[in-house]
Amino acid sequence: MAEVPLYAYILLSALMFAIGTAGVIIKRNPIIIFMCIELMLNAANLSFLAFAKYHTTPLATTPIEKWNAHMTGQMAVVFVMAVAAAEVAVGLGIIMAIFRLRHDVDIDEMSAMRG
Amino acid sequence: MSVGVVVFLLMATVIVLSAWGVVVARNAVRSALSLVINFFTLALLYFGMHYDLLGISQILVYTGFIMMLFLFCILLLNLGAPDTLFEPSLIKRSIAWFTGGVLVLAVASQVIGPLAVADAGPSAPEGFGEAASVGTALFTGWVYAFEIASVLLLVGIVGSILVAKRRD
Repeated sequence: MAEVPLYAYILLSALMFAIGTAGVIIKRNPIIIFMCIELMLNAANLSFLAFAKYHTTPLATTPIEKWNAHMTGQMAVVFVMAVAAAEVAVGLGIIMAIFRLRHDVDIDEMSAMRG
Repeated sequence: MSVGVVVFLLMATVIVLSAWGVVVARNAVRSALSLVINFFTLALLYFGMHYDLLGISQILVYTGFIMMLFLFCILLLNLGAPDTLFEPSLIKRSIAWFTGGVLVLAVASQVIGPLAVADAGPSAPEGFGEAASVGTALFTGWVYAFEIASVLLLVGIVGSILVAKRRD
């Protein structure tokens, strides 16, 4: 897919991010809100990878510097995946704890931080 | 229109429609399955861009681990029934889609013009998405970030166990 232009990837990423944003605003179920946040993280990953494939920094002149500049986007995606895994584990744990306390998971009713 | 562009358009259509399905589905299980389709097609897109290792880890981490946790949580809390949470009002929905549309328009108006002018095609060297290159970069220039990420994962494990086990 070498002939696909870069802006096509960026536009796809923007569409995914916007759908995720709309879902976070619309939905009342905290688990689906979490899924929409994952959608937004994946949109950011897609634009990281697209830019890493198509562009390098103008500061990189030698081949090894250009290679490192191309790797940077991939490294960002690796760490986003690690952070997303930790975030989902902790977030779903919090939702389970709230559900056990209140037997209700409507996000609009949860306005207080204290139990 | 070449084969690569057609394949990209097909994948992009599937990705956008499944992302749409996550938001509009009334049943939480259907949203989760729609998200699985989305992540899987995104992994295929990564393979098409020659990111071999990241495509595989996308399938393993997102569709394997994260979606399993989501489905487990939905089934445990019995959120799958469609009438568990009623739909929001029309005003809230239109505000949400308006916000999303404005976001897309803002990005498109600022990004597409300069990128279309400066488009020189992919400049990445051969084999830069392979496991060997990613591993070499991860354990040379990025080794401190890698170690900090391992500490973060440990804190996440301990924190989720503490939150889930608390009794009072």
